[in-house]
Amino acid sequence: MKKLPKTDVVVIGLGWAGSIIANELADEGLEVVGIERGPWRDTARDFNIGTVTDELRYVMREELMLRTRQNTCTMRNNPSQTALPMRTWGSFHPGNGTGGAGNHWAGITFRFQPEEFRLKSHLTERYGASAIPDELVLQDWGTTWEEMEPHYMQFERVAGTSGRAGNLNGEKRPGGNPFEGARSGDYPTPPLRQPYAPTLFADAAKNLGYQPFPVPSSLVSEAYTNPYGVTMGPCTFCGFCTNYGCANYSKASAITTVLPALMRKPNFTAYTNSEVLQVLTDSTGKKATGVTYIDSSGDEWEQPADLVIVAAFTFENVRLMLLSGIGEAYDPVTNSGTTGRNYAYQTANNVTLFFDNKNFNPFIGAGAVGMGIDEFNNDNFDHSGLGFFGGGSIRVTPIGAAPIGYRPLPPNTPKWGSKWKQTLKDNYLSTMSIGCEASSYTTRTNYLSLDPNYKDPHGRPLLRITFDFAQNDLKMAQYCTNKVAEIAKVMNPREMIVKPMTGHWSSVPYQSSHVVGGFIMGADPRTSSVNKHLQVWDVPNLFVVGASAFPQNPGYNPTGTVGALAFKAAHDIRRYYLKRPGEMISA
Amino acid sequence: MRKRAKTLPGVTRRQVLTWSTLGVAATVSQVADAVSLKGSPGWTPFSDNPPETYPQQGWLFFTDAEAKTIEAMVDRLIPADDLSVGGKEAGCAVFIDRQLHGSYGTFERLYMQGPFQQGTTEQGDQSPLVPRQRYRKGIAALNRYVQQTSNKNFTDLTPPQQDELLHAMEAGKVHFSDFDAQSFFLEVLNNTMEGFFADPVYGGNREMVSWKMLGFPGARYDYRDYIERHNEDLHFEPISIAQWKAKDES
Repeated sequence: MKKLPKTDVVVIGLGWAGSIIANELADEGLEVVGIERGPWRDTARDFNIGTVTDELRYVMREELMLRTRQNTCTMRNNPSQTALPMRTWGSFHPGNGTGGAGNHWAGITFRFQPEEFRLKSHLTERYGASAIPDELVLQDWGTTWEEMEPHYMQFERVAGTSGRAGNLNGEKRPGGNPFEGARSGDYPTPPLRQPYAPTLFADAAKNLGYQPFPVPSSLVSEAYTNPYGVTMGPCTFCGFCTNYGCANYSKASAITTVLPALMRKPNFTAYTNSEVLQVLTDSTGKKATGVTYIDSSGDEWEQPADLVIVAAFTFENVRLMLLSGIGEAYDPVTNSGTTGRNYAYQTANNVTLFFDNKNFNPFIGAGAVGMGIDEFNNDNFDHSGLGFFGGGSIRVTPIGAAPIGYRPLPPNTPKWGSKWKQTLKDNYLSTMSIGCEASSYTTRTNYLSLDPNYKDPHGRPLLRITFDFAQNDLKMAQYCTNKVAEIAKVMNPREMIVKPMTGHWSSVPYQSSHVVGGFIMGADPRTSSVNKHLQVWDVPNLFVVGASAFPQNPGYNPTGTVGALAFKAAHDIRRYYLKRPGEMISA
Repeated sequence: MRKRAKTLPGVTRRQVLTWSTLGVAATVSQVADAVSLKGSPGWTPFSDNPPETYPQQGWLFFTDAEAKTIEAMVDRLIPADDLSVGGKEAGCAVFIDRQLHGSYGTFERLYMQGPFQQGTTEQGDQSPLVPRQRYRKGIAALNRYVQQTSNKNFTDLTPPQQDELLHAMEAGKVHFSDFDAQSFFLEVLNNTMEGFFADPVYGGNREMVSWKMLGFPGARYDYRDYIERHNEDLHFEPISIAQWKAKDES
């Protein structure tokens, strides 16, 4: 182990959260080191327009994702089972390299609603404590919409997010999302233009009395220069978006919006292909002293630092805390400890519509172009007597139609042979689907812990996921998907498949990369790991930032909130912590 | 916390790269070393990170006999008809051969540490075998079964007989000694479809046959002029990565 000279700040992970915080703290004049376990990635070379349109490489072979050989998770549905490793990614796609999962994300950039940040209080006030199902362990975030809003704004301005405001400073705007919290500013770029399927859906939804809006999207709709002076180009709807890197500098990521500015700062250094092994603490356990990491030659290094920011993906944030012995590991039997608790996911539902004589040109698309409604999301509808809470974002977002993965087939079609081929040809251009990306509410037995049997190449335990869908969420999925089917019927397809989430969580089919919780934020150190500044309880010079901080997951994509939390942590460090290092209680 | 003077970290054998040399490091990104990066991003003209392809002729993984079996299988999974050429002519067997020869063949990127044990459906594939082993054992088990039941190789069966056996494998109604018939079938089906629909640069989907059949325009990258032309046949000729490469090399 070789010891490097001490730095002011070490940041673990150079995806969205880590890059944002590193940049903010470098602006403060601090010496900042960023450590990234994957390679340096660069749009011009890695997402070259001549080679990026490659479904086999980027989707089937998961080129941009973390290699499971380097690090994976084990999974089981309940504590009585033995967890086994996910040898290939399926259900979700963790990223790797600079930009992280923010390179291959879809770009959908919702803000969570004001009620989400005090979900437990809100539901208790509206429905009474006894209405909340016993299996759920919902929590407030310990922060408020008012505290979060300026940081959502910061993130959207950096990302160039396109959309139409539905609530600008309390004034409702037609054509925007009427359920969003009051925004202090409009979207930085106007909404994207729409392909056919989303407009058909929006017409049907409007006829039923709903209020469709363009899905907020960090794929910019026109040339845009962000506050760091980094310029992006308009989305071309190429349809190689989710799971791919963007060759047009249209999809916001740390690579396209933050790192070009950050890398110019002489007080910032990035270490790539270097994996952090542990966050070090002093003998009191109340002060982080730096990190150890291993580089690709197998050499171990110690990087001492005054301030340690952990900003990896949800899983690695939690695993690093467990491996470093920070906080007490959560135990579902005794209901004690906080590290690993409140792990949640996203409940994916879908309705597929097969038409005759329509041509959707489904290859024209993008990860975040489309129309949605929010009438059945979160607590936007009355849950009295329904027996569940939560809901989902209902929307049509054609992401592209590369045909290894996109092969829409009606039920009972053979999987090969001439009949299969004819049926595929007949349906390829004339099929669309409506998704419902729904909430995932936390339970006592859904949690993250260290696996007792499986190790990574450095001999450290893999992270173990214990997760199954809450009964609450399965009831919600049924209800919301039926609402989707009602809209679909109005669209008059020849045939449709209605597919609410049912049964056990499976690690095999892709559902969503929105894994959240495990190192959650809150106002009470007995039930949370970080305070509202993302500062670890009892270790005030350590911050853990990311979707790991969500106490549960609403029916929205998480990245906007991850970005806002990163800006919030950076803001609070700059404004309060650096002036008076220590626990930020009064702030 | 004090504000520090700007210094390079005191590294020993670590290399501090400036951006003028990063292009060199980047060309070996498959085995990229840890580096410290400092300074503003630069870019080397025409640098790219190309797909894994093999220009050599002939079979790179399969024996001739194995290749014949796979060619016969892919030709039943994707039969020649009015819509397209068959899987063999489309290059699906060549595609699979190249995939097995390359990093996919050994699951180079995947977690293959034990203990291996059968899990629940939700826990996914837990086989200790990598694709090269799956094909080698699977093809042998298939031909052994056909030998035992009809004294022939799979390739000697008539197309209807081949279809019947493939259906039985798919449904889990036939059992081979030494290898799971259903999982072998699914392995071949999955890779055949990849080969038929992937970019032709990987050896399958010759002349973009599947893309032309479906109306998928392939590697096109700009639909700004078309996104609001709804419900209209746009008559795109597809484009492949292979064409771009050919242009580069000409």
